[in-house]
Amino acid sequence: MTLQVAHVSFGYNAGYDALDEATRSFSLCDVSITIPRGSLTGLLGPNGCGKTTLLKLMAGVLRPHEGAITLDGRDIDGISRRKLARYIAVVPQETHPGFDYSVLEMVLMGRHPHLGAFQLEGPEDIAIAHESLSATGTSHLASRPYMTLSGGEKQRVVIASALAQAPDVLLLDEPTASLDLAYQMEVAALLDRLNRDRGVSMVLATHDLNLAASLCDSLVLVRSGRVLAHGPTREVLSVAMIQQLYDVEADVQFHEASGHLTVVPIRRAQ
Amino acid sequence: MSAGPRPIRTRLAVTLLAYGAVALAACLLAPLVGSTSISLSRAFDRSIPFADNVDAQIFFIARLPRVLAGAIVGAAFASAGVVLQALLRNPLATPFTLGVSAGSALGAILAISFGSALALGPLLPVPLASLAGAFMSAAIVYAMATRPGRPISTSVLLLAGVTLNSFFSALILLVQYMSDFAEAYRTVRWLMGDLDVGGFGPILGALPLIVVAFVIFARLSSSLNVLSVGADTAATRGVDVARTQRLAFVSAALATSAAVSLAGPIGFVGIVVPHLVRLMTGVDHRIVLPASALFGAAFLVACDLVARTVLAPVEVPVGVVTAMLGGPFFLWLLIRRG
Repeated sequence: MTLQVAHVSFGYNAGYDALDEATRSFSLCDVSITIPRGSLTGLLGPNGCGKTTLLKLMAGVLRPHEGAITLDGRDIDGISRRKLARYIAVVPQETHPGFDYSVLEMVLMGRHPHLGAFQLEGPEDIAIAHESLSATGTSHLASRPYMTLSGGEKQRVVIASALAQAPDVLLLDEPTASLDLAYQMEVAALLDRLNRDRGVSMVLATHDLNLAASLCDSLVLVRSGRVLAHGPTREVLSVAMIQQLYDVEADVQFHEASGHLTVVPIRRAQ
Repeated sequence: MSAGPRPIRTRLAVTLLAYGAVALAACLLAPLVGSTSISLSRAFDRSIPFADNVDAQIFFIARLPRVLAGAIVGAAFASAGVVLQALLRNPLATPFTLGVSAGSALGAILAISFGSALALGPLLPVPLASLAGAFMSAAIVYAMATRPGRPISTSVLLLAGVTLNSFFSALILLVQYMSDFAEAYRTVRWLMGDLDVGGFGPILGALPLIVVAFVIFARLSSSLNVLSVGADTAATRGVDVARTQRLAFVSAALATSAAVSLAGPIGFVGIVVPHLVRLMTGVDHRIVLPASALFGAAFLVACDLVARTVLAPVEVPVGVVTAMLGGPFFLWLLIRRG
């Protein structure tokens, strides 16, 4: 499925209360990007640039005030929540359940959009949940309480829960932000594998330029609510672009051993 | 335990059978105990005409309405507690967090003090006025916490409920201060909760509201699981968050209001029962909700039995019994969480 963001503008105070043109302010302004089937797109930009907002818009959690978001040409605003959740799943930055659910229960909640209101999950749903657990290497945690897991385990369980939705598109908000180096590598490898094996398209918001360089085939750079650049990683990730995006001078080299670009930040640009 | 290797269907069936048996046993055994002891087999003996069967008369007329009122009110408070705890993502929320208890108390007290003017045909003024008070306070909290098209603000919900509770409590004190001794005593007695509702009539009046609420609870139970993980997560799992939250609020307020108007604000049932049930069944709302309703019924019937018998022939208010059990339990929960 192709997810398309076309001329989307959104502002948290641009709703009912601020119809006056002068006081309206947009967090995102005229954003257009295309996420083709099976692609892995990185979303880069400074804090507060609108990355999370853009992900929420793409997931249908927020509605654009201008423009449209379409899935294979259909406006997602016209698709029911339940149906949309069968196509698009989200992995938030952190998940803090209000009750002490087990890992298996958390993953089975991914089946929610596939079940009717009074329908209980059946053997097929349980099989899919176990398959998602095994794809994320968390089968051994199935009966553990979610809250007792480490950060890396939690993140993999939440990814398993999103996988159980059997989505075509997976949106991830800084999935490696709170993880140590080994877990970062593990989650990155997991995402890469899921993208290749299952053809799940992914959009990954991150501050980790090297993760983006190693994982993503294309990048979207967002600054102050506007798209600065959108294209293949090797073209977009340049010294000039990084300076424009973060006001930081950096060195960008092709790294032989890893086979992708690496970014070494040097100093804040004056 | 909570993960349960058994599938949800089996767990739900076992839960309904086990907790249903406990609730049924409580409802059948509680009417046997009292100042006059009676026998269950003689009460249900069809060969003796009802007019001559003293055991049946005591069972069905004197004691059964009170036990049924306890069962219905206990089920309503316990399940409304579960729904609100999921809605607010806070295991320490109670049905009275909505401000419903003080609102209904104010209604009841106004009816006690200015009673006869409010009589509406065959309906009793006190339950009617307390129902109106409960609806009014729920409506105020609802209006404050909702904005069109957006999720409910749970912090506004909590704060508005707490504020309304204290405001109405102050008004209650004012009305009490101005009323005479007899009225003041009736007021205090109403606030302690009383399951002696005087026959099947009041029960049949409150029952439809509670049944409607229970149907909505059943419809919401799987969405409440996802919602309790987080509003944004729930939205991306296919839950219509704003609609689910509104339905949860309205149904919980409906059940609580109906139960309070029937028996007064009996505290702690809505927090003690869900917590005990979660310790036994895990936290899945599709299990916790029906189990809490059934266990809540048994729990309140048992508390009322203690209230009737512990200091016989003097009766202890049932709200005092639930508070004696619930207060220390609540503190123990807080200590355990810390």
